[in-house]
Order: sequence, then C-alpha cells, then structure tokens
Amino acid sequence: MRYSAVLILIVAVAIGFFVWKTNAPGGRFAFKLGLDLSGGSELTYNADTSKVPSSQIADSMNALQAVIERRVNAFGVGEPVVQTQQAGALGTGGYRLIVELPGVTDINQAIAMIGQTPTLDFQLVKPGFEASTTNADGSINMAAFEDTGLTGTYITGATLQFGNGSGNALQTQPTVQVNFNAAGTKLFSQITDQNVGRELGIFLDGNLLSAPVIQEKIDNGSAVISGNFTADQAKELATNLNLGALPVPITLASTESIGAILGDQATHAGVIAGLLGFLILCIFMILWYRVPGLVAVVSLVIYGVLMLALFKLIPVVLTAAGIAGFILSVGLAVDANILIAERMKEELQAGHNAHDAIAHGFSRAWNAIRDSNTAHIIVAVILFWFGTSIIKGFALVFGLGVIVSLLSAIIISRTFLLALGISAESRVGRFFMRSGINK
Amino acid sequence: MLNIGKNLKYFFLLPALLSILALAALLMWGLRPGIDLAGGSLLQVTYPNGRPPVAEVQAVVDKLGLGEVRIQPTGTNDYILSQRDLSNQEKNQLEAVLGGFGQFQEDQFNSVGPVLGAELLDKGLISLGLVVICIILFIAFAFRKVSKPVASWKYGIVAIITLLFDVLIPVGVFAALGHFQGAEVDSLFIVALLTILGISINDKIVVFDRIRENLQLNNGRHMDFADTVSKSIRQTLARSINTSLTVVIMLLALYFFGPASTQVFALTLTVGMIVGTYSSIFFASPLLVAWDQWSRSSSAKKK
Repeated sequence: MRYSAVLILIVAVAIGFFVWKTNAPGGRFAFKLGLDLSGGSELTYNADTSKVPSSQIADSMNALQAVIERRVNAFGVGEPVVQTQQAGALGTGGYRLIVELPGVTDINQAIAMIGQTPTLDFQLVKPGFEASTTNADGSINMAAFEDTGLTGTYITGATLQFGNGSGNALQTQPTVQVNFNAAGTKLFSQITDQNVGRELGIFLDGNLLSAPVIQEKIDNGSAVISGNFTADQAKELATNLNLGALPVPITLASTESIGAILGDQATHAGVIAGLLGFLILCIFMILWYRVPGLVAVVSLVIYGVLMLALFKLIPVVLTAAGIAGFILSVGLAVDANILIAERMKEELQAGHNAHDAIAHGFSRAWNAIRDSNTAHIIVAVILFWFGTSIIKGFALVFGLGVIVSLLSAIIISRTFLLALGISAESRVGRFFMRSGINK
Repeated sequence: MLNIGKNLKYFFLLPALLSILALAALLMWGLRPGIDLAGGSLLQVTYPNGRPPVAEVQAVVDKLGLGEVRIQPTGTNDYILSQRDLSNQEKNQLEAVLGGFGQFQEDQFNSVGPVLGAELLDKGLISLGLVVICIILFIAFAFRKVSKPVASWKYGIVAIITLLFDVLIPVGVFAALGHFQGAEVDSLFIVALLTILGISINDKIVVFDRIRENLQLNNGRHMDFADTVSKSIRQTLARSINTSLTVVIMLLALYFFGPASTQVFALTLTVGMIVGTYSSIFFASPLLVAWDQWSRSSSAKKK
C-alpha cells in the first residue's frame, strides 16, 4: 500500500508539473478560454432557407458554414468557430449560423467581415419589361424579373479578366469571369438554351450589375460579369467569389462582444475565488477531520491537478460558467471524503481497529457516494442538451468533475488512508482518527 | 429536540411559512428576466477620464428614439445601458452620442432578439421538467426495496415535495431581490435551479439511506418508526451539514470574489443548498413520519 501511495504522489506531481509548464499563451496546451474570458465577438444569423428545397437544406447549410469559415480564416482571425444550428426549443425550427470570433471586439468589423460575402443571383428579365427594369428613382423593379434558380452556390471560382463584357463594352474593361460547377453548368446551359434573345440580369448583393442579352446557348460553364468595374472592384469581386458566395441569405439575429479587459477581470476573479475557497475548505477539513481531513486535502489537490490537465488535453473551452462549475465541483468532490470519514468514525466508535475502520468506511459509504454522483451526472447530461455554448461549458466541466472526483475519492483517498495505517490503539492514533468536537 | 414523533407539528411551521412567503413574492412581483431570456440589449462602457452625470447621459440618449433606456452606474467609471435589442446601426448611433461626453471604451455589448430569448426560456423550462422526471425515476429505483413500514414510493414523493420546496425558496428570494433591487435572472439562474435539484437530492438520500439501514437492523426488534427516523437523523446530522457546508464555502467564495457574470448563479445555489440541507433534516423526515402516522390511523379507522 505504501508503494501505491508513493506512486500516486509521483504521478500527481508529474501531472502538476505539466500543468504548470504549459501555461504560455498560444502554446499547444495552454488553457483555451471562451469568448467571455478572452474577449471577442459572437454573431448569430438567421439563414433564410425558404427558397431551398428541403432535401438540399442540409447541404446548403454545410456550404454556408464552409463559406463563412473560409472568409473568416482569410481575415486572419485566430481559431474562429463557425457552426450551424436549428432554432426552436426542440431544435426543429429555422436554421441559424453562429460565428465566434475570438479577439475581434469591434462588432462593426466583424459584421463587415461576414457581410462582404457576396450573394450572386441570376434573374431573367420578363419579356416586354426590358425598358422597365429600373424605377423612376433608380431602384430596381423586381417585378420585371423572374428567378432562374441559378445563384452563387453553383460557382466554383472567379477570375479577373480584361476584355469584352456584354458586347458593348470597351476592349480593356475589367470583368470577372465566373465558372460554374457541374450542376451549375447544366442549369446555365438550360437557361441560355431556352431563353436566347432575352436579357439575363446579374445581381450582386441585390444590386443589378448588368443585364446582357443571351446570344446563344452557353454550355462551357462560364459566364462573364461586367458592370463598369474599376480594376480594384473587379479584383475584389473575384476574390470574394473565390472565397465563396452565400448559398442562402442571412440576417443578423443577435450579437455579443466582450472586451479583453472585462474578460481578463473575469478570469482573475474566477481564479482568486477558486483559490480562496479552496484554502478555506482545506482549513475546515483539517481542523474538523484531522488525519482523514488531511488525506481529503491531498486527494483534492490531486483532483484539481487532474482536472486542469484534462482541460488542457481534451481541450475544454473555459468560460466564466465553466470556472463556476469547476469551483462547485471542488466543493462536491470533497463530499465523498466526508462520507467515508464519517463512516470511519462510526466504525472506530464501534471498537474496530484503524485498518478495518478504513476498509469498512469505504465499502459502507459507497452506496451514498454512488447515488449522489449519479444524480449529478443526470443533471450534467440534461444541462448539456439544454444550453448555449456557455451552459454546455458548465455542464461539461461539472460532468467531468463528477467522474474525476469519484476516481480521486476511491483510488487516491483509500490508498493514502491505508498507507498511513496509524494504529488506533494508542491515544495519539485515536485522536488523529477521530473528528469533530465530541470526544 | 430531535424527537420527531412528539414535536411533529412544530417541524412544519417554518417550511410552511417560508413557502407562503416565497409564493407570495413570486405571485406579487414575479421574476425579472435578463436579456438572454427576454431579448434586449446591454451596453457597458467605461469613461477612463471620469463619467458624465447620469441625468445628462439619459437626456441625450432619450432623444435617439430607442425606447426606454435604463442607465446604471457600476464600478467607478462605468455605465451599463439596458434597452431593447439594437441593430448594429442603432448601436453605432448610441455610441456616437455617448462619445459626445468624452473618450470612452466599450467593455461589452450584447444584443439578443426576442425570438432567441424566448427559445432559451422554453429550453430552460423543458430542462427543469426533464430533471424532475429523471429524479423521480431515480429515487423510485434507488428505494425500490424498502417497503416496511413506509412503502418505497412514499420516500420518492416526500423527496420530490422537499425538492420543490428547495427550488421555491431561491425563486422567492430572487422575486424579492428583483422587486427591491432590480436583480435580473439569466439562463445561469435556471442552471442553478437545475443544479440545486441534482445536489439537494443527495442529502435526502443520505438520510433515507440511513433510515433504510436502521429499519433493516431493527427487523427483529420492535421500534417505533418515528424513533427510527429520529435516530437516523442524529446519526447523519454531521454528515449532512458538512457535505453542504463544503459546497457553500466554495459558492460564497465564488459570489464574493468571482466574476460578475456568475454572481446570480452563486447566490441562487447558495440559498438552495442551505435550504436543501435544512429541508432534508427538518422537513423530509417529519413528512415521512407524519405520512406513516396518518396512513396507520386511517387504516385503523377502516377496521
């Protein structure tokens, strides 16, 4: 037993060392902090999937996630998180896009980043409406157009070209040539085949760029977009289209941004609260439970070290709620030790020797320990389902804490107590093994 | 003092009183939902060179037509402005106006549309329901083998009643705090209530476990149920109090020294834990005894 105890101590110190040494920010095993601790923005968009056939919605949402992720990465945001989600309490409602941008605290900047993702739309001008595509005030008369179903989703890439646009442009005008994927090529070929002589309006972000007349069927899968671009504008459009056009329109539903200063304050406050609480807890345990209390403190320290290492390795993104969950779990982890210590006290009072008291203490307390931890896990699982990312963070830390605390109580406390093997016959031994104020 | 059989009536006084007060507070004042449950927006700014007086800021902000804007001073140089959810343009307008008073920095901005808020609230309520159901099942399972003299399902019912009490009191406390201090409850409040349910059940189980054990030991001997319960409580008193005390110590540290965003959570859970410990010892067990006495006297009447 003594060997096991020493082994546990050595392993724990090694893990503690690992936790200590990997704290350089940006290192591979540094703590991952959530937005509310590191500072950053989170934007939630509603995705309008009304025009997408239901069988293709999942694909469209995946494409949306990929497009936004590429765009955000292109801006050099470190470790962004782009997710899609279904709304509604039971996850059966409309579709949403959630974008987390650590380190970006200016919401204007964040929105601009994402807002620049272009929406490209091809719409046919209805016969007879060629002259009335714009209203008197210059706005677009949408009634003059009909949808073709050809949108930016079908585009695989775009290149900057200098050349002929819609037939009446200068030879050296900057234009953008877009290439369609297989499905897009087929669709474009159909449209151009069936509508020779009609104008095809090309809309960028809802603005009509140009409406060239379809001369012939085009089945090479490429189209040229001209719109009186400057070279810079054309280049920017080509770049944006290369990063991807939006497969579905998105509107902003909620925003959240936290400055780095506030985030730092929250982190510090959390750490101080944890350390202070832990200190008071240790003092209480040692004063009240003496030797078992000391063992509880040691196993609690090992518990803490194990949890921190797990946070680094999994990794778990820590939020303020996550830290709260961790602090709470420390208070709960020590409970198993208390149950065991109380049982031991009873066994000693009944006259057993120290060794038997310890063994019986564990086996008889096990029922209560097992039941209470099961209840905790039930709550953690349900919370994980319920929550936003912040609540999920809490649930994960809490659930992890339950599992690790079970291990630390059973394996570590037991080993240490048995290793100490103080005889209860001597008066000193009796004093150390008793607890509380009565006798 | 712990002779439950004799003093049964008195044990119910305090729980009854507290429940009535909490229910009254809840019905009269209700709870104030934060923006993540009701929608709205919150802007926190710091004026490093000293903040302008509230009245001036209020006057200027009211002219923007953003509806009601509540301005709360916090810390030495900060203001928190709460209003309906803002579009990005409106937020820029607001900040432009705030900049008129001098240099400031934006600490945090959070805007939640009402649909998102209502959805989170729904999810929270569903989670509460789920946890209650799971706990009922859990207790039924844990106590399936105890039948004499009080059937196992009765332990379950008693546990649920006391758990509901444990959750009612913190809710009542926040109804009162909301009315008198404008305290708002957020999604972490719901998380705290769920956690209270999950942790408080332990204390009940610890006591019931001991009752069960003593009943088994007493199988040969005749012992009054009330006496068994009293004895069980005496034996588990230290354990019940200490296991809750450790959690409360950590929670109080979190409340007083921890980040502002988790203070509602810490306070709710602290109240819940204290009430929970009290109810396991002084409410759950008397309920069991009372039930036993009532069912015995009613079956005696039938004979």
